[in-house]
Amino acid sequence: MTTTVRSPQASPTRPCQRQRVFLAAMLLLAGLALVIFLSLTNGSVALTWPELVAAALRQGDTVNQTILWDLRLPRVLAALLVGAALGLAGALLQGMLRNGLASPFLLGISAGAGLMVVLVVGVGLLQIWVPLGAWLGAVVTTLLVYLLARTGTTLSVERLILGGVAFSSFFGAIQSLMLLMSPDGQIQAALNWLIGSLNGRGWTEVTLVGPGILVASIAGCLLARQVNLLSLGDDLATGLGTSLLRSRCLIGAVATLLAAGAVSIAGLVGFVGLIVPHGVRLLVGTDYRLVLPFSALGGALVLSGADLMARTGPVELPVGVVTAMLGAPVFIWLLHRRRTRGGV
Amino acid sequence: MPLETRNLAGGYGDRPIVAAVNLSLQTGEWLSLLGANGSGKSTLLRLMSRILKPQTGVALLDGRDIHHLSPTVAAQKLALLPQQQTVPEGLTVYQLVSLGRSPHQPWWQWELDADGREQVEQALHWTEINHYRDRPVIELSGGERQRAFLALALAQDPKVLLLDEPTTFLDLHYQLQLLELLKRLNRQQGLSIITVLHDINLAARYSDRLALLRQGHLWGVGTPTEMLTPENLREVFDIDVTLMHTPVGLQICPLAAAQPSQPELTATSP
Repeated sequence: MTTTVRSPQASPTRPCQRQRVFLAAMLLLAGLALVIFLSLTNGSVALTWPELVAAALRQGDTVNQTILWDLRLPRVLAALLVGAALGLAGALLQGMLRNGLASPFLLGISAGAGLMVVLVVGVGLLQIWVPLGAWLGAVVTTLLVYLLARTGTTLSVERLILGGVAFSSFFGAIQSLMLLMSPDGQIQAALNWLIGSLNGRGWTEVTLVGPGILVASIAGCLLARQVNLLSLGDDLATGLGTSLLRSRCLIGAVATLLAAGAVSIAGLVGFVGLIVPHGVRLLVGTDYRLVLPFSALGGALVLSGADLMARTGPVELPVGVVTAMLGAPVFIWLLHRRRTRGGV
Repeated sequence: MPLETRNLAGGYGDRPIVAAVNLSLQTGEWLSLLGANGSGKSTLLRLMSRILKPQTGVALLDGRDIHHLSPTVAAQKLALLPQQQTVPEGLTVYQLVSLGRSPHQPWWQWELDADGREQVEQALHWTEINHYRDRPVIELSGGERQRAFLALALAQDPKVLLLDEPTTFLDLHYQLQLLELLKRLNRQQGLSIITVLHDINLAARYSDRLALLRQGHLWGVGTPTEMLTPENLREVFDIDVTLMHTPVGLQICPLAAAQPSQPELTATSP
């Protein structure tokens, strides 16, 4: 971010800021279009542009039609949904908790969902119960964290974070214990989900969870002004007419629904929700009216891109491995960059 | 009466820090809360600004219980400048000051309306920070930053402004500059002001009335001339002072920390 002393004439930067935001939006949308196109055409059977158009119009080779409509399109949509949900949830929580290390999973979502999935797999229920179990585990754990953090009519950021950490380590321990004691095949099934993967996701997941994620995304973006106020600190936010308890519950609820929806589709895909908001803030600044929608876009781009990479290799990788392998170095670079700039 | 407390008591947890405070702020008045460390002056301000809930008693804003008013309605009339501010990285002065319009914006209103923009411009003008409106707040000096946060509170268009030790981190030049600015707003715009101040002389110089607090109780309220007597200051602050009449009015010169009994130094000396 460049900051220079400006001449006192009426706000010469705002057109400049507008341009930057416009440019960022164009960049993200172009990236999205490219990734979607590549995802639809690349794979074990490569489609050319005419073949893609023909299949999209339900003409030509029926195999191509099936590949496009039943395999690749729902998977791309699933990646976009999951990515957008994780990016937005991460941005909401980082803003609300005033903590750049917050991820969508901070409030115990990963541990709760993970434990439920290991339970479901361990009990030997059908795979169809896994998404529901994950969703329930995520929502219930966050509720517990909120109940623990609440003291009287106040809800402090510190208690929320500590509650999340406490439940995460507790449920994580039980989950590890159960994984250790379960037979080989089950570990594989559970592990695949714990790392996060979009392999084989189809229209069922997209139509079941998609509408919920869309509604929660709109609700999340509408909370932007509240997040802006919360970033000024508790006292000033109260002075400006914010009810801390109400806005923290609202923001937490929306972020939880988003993250739980994402988790129920793809499992625990890490690092997207942590890193995307940081990148977005570098692009458009700290105003959450911009950060929130851009984080959804950025998350969608990053996850669909990661999924494209995950399935174009010789062996298909779980997308969670790709996001972690790419995300961790990017995060280290971000930290280093902030340190050299003298930031926090 | 814009702001009034009746038998107000409160603190952190169940422990009361201030108790039985009956205080009323007149319209257009500047009232300063003074007291030693731990006397409860900041707590009283936090009770009046809705940050803390009272244990007993009420705080009335235009005759209505401030803790039962909707937060936005209260924030349209009452603004607060806390002692310590969190500055989000990258936030510009203009963006910060715009947030002051929040209580006047309905939740669906994304951008400022014409009225709001005008109020923001006015606040930037009053605080004389128009020329660095596009700079990030984090890069400003202490004095500039404090004026930016004051502009935020003024953009809120309040009737009553509460300030918690607004001069603490400023050097003398900026202390006077800020208080002069508040005095102008107080005189010209009819803004009612309550400040918590550490510096008795600054409080005496700028306030219409002083409220002295001692051990969580309101010890006395009155004009600076009434309140600043050597006897009162000895009792409330445990200091010996002499009074001086200066070009800026009555000021005190602290002479010594009052000591009811001489401690061990004499007892242990041979």
